Amino acid sequence: MRLCLEARQLACERDDRPLFGQLDFALGSGDIVQVEGPNGSGKTTLLKILSGQLGDYQGELFWNGVSLRQNRDHFLANLLYLGHAPGVKAGLTALETLAWYQALAGDIPSEDTSLEALAQWGLAGFEDVPAHQLSAGQQRRIALARLLLQPRPLWILDEPFTAIDRNGVALLESLIQAHANAGGCVVVTTHHRLDIARLGRIRLGVTGE
Amino acid sequence: MNRPNEPQRGADAAVVAMLKRDLMLLLRQRGDVINPLVFFALVITLFPIGISPEPALLAVVAPGLLWVAALLAALLSLDGLFRSDFDDGSLEQWLLAPQPTALLCMAKVLAHWLLTGLPLALIAPLLGVMLALPAGSYWALCVSLALGTASLSLIGAIGAALTVGLARGGVLLSLLVLPLYIPVLIFGSGAVSAAVVGSGLAAHLAILGALLAVALMLAPWAIAAALRISING
Repeated sequence: MRLCLEARQLACERDDRPLFGQLDFALGSGDIVQVEGPNGSGKTTLLKILSGQLGDYQGELFWNGVSLRQNRDHFLANLLYLGHAPGVKAGLTALETLAWYQALAGDIPSEDTSLEALAQWGLAGFEDVPAHQLSAGQQRRIALARLLLQPRPLWILDEPFTAIDRNGVALLESLIQAHANAGGCVVVTTHHRLDIARLGRIRLGVTGE
Repeated sequence: MNRPNEPQRGADAAVVAMLKRDLMLLLRQRGDVINPLVFFALVITLFPIGISPEPALLAVVAPGLLWVAALLAALLSLDGLFRSDFDDGSLEQWLLAPQPTALLCMAKVLAHWLLTGLPLALIAPLLGVMLALPAGSYWALCVSLALGTASLSLIGAIGAALTVGLARGGVLLSLLVLPLYIPVLIFGSGAVSAAVVGSGLAAHLAILGALLAVALMLAPWAIAAALRISING
């Protein structure tokens, strides 16, 4: 079965100001799509709509051919969304945070795989340090470790490159590429020039200006 | 990767994880647990000084005073219930979890009650001594507060969920929630007063229990819906 997220005539208004309109696209296995646009053009809003958080839009979204509103449980079980804020609790250690995310998603928590994922993100030795003692980049790396830990076909990543260093950027790019090669699908917003083959683009904020 | 993913475990594991996480966080930031208790104790110590140290007079007003102070202390702690999750992005993550949101909300409210409502109920008899509360009404105070604060946490969480996206939601939260607290206050202090005069208090406790049952049934859905509204704002 080919997984697919499809948008038809997607449009969104915020405070009587049209953000974007008439978006038509279909994302399937192997696709990597970068959402582009200037600040305030609605990139985060689009990602929130695509991840099923925001119901205030016109048009239709389909997950595997069924309307997203009816197919929400199946969709959420296949989604890994990383938002603008990393979602890392200041009072918890990296291991506790990851264990919580695994339990929340219905995965069976495994400390070994968590340690492995953290080590791959360069956080070996920081597993038991409360996140408030870590830098912004390290906190982001804890959130990104979920990409290795929780295999989900659809990744929706909002500015995942924020605060991480050059090695981190290279690692994330290679993970995105490998995910797509393995049949996954990635939607990403960033102002960073991505070093990725076969990159699709959705441009926002260019109509009507 | 092309295969659709299915959760391997049920919602119970997620609820337990949520409860454990919140208890752990609250116990690490002890201020959040201790502040309402200190507030409760401070307010109660002021009354004998402000009104009169006369035991006969204090004993009459003690049930109401204890209940009002406990209610305000519980209200004080509510603002932070969803705030930190909202600020660091965990809230959108657990709203997106493939689990029933209402159950996760219940776990959060339960953690909040265990570390604010229950301790308030447990130290209340100590403060009752300061207000010369007659012997024999202490257990009524404890039981009514334990039942009542559970309802207060559930009702208050709806307000906290509605105001979580607002920068200064504290005052609005009080305005939203206080009217809904009044029935709990009436029957809660009523139970203690009944115990003081020695009449039957079973009816009051039964109504408090009924209020809790209704809150348990309705509040989790309302909290979940309110959080969805807040996160869309």
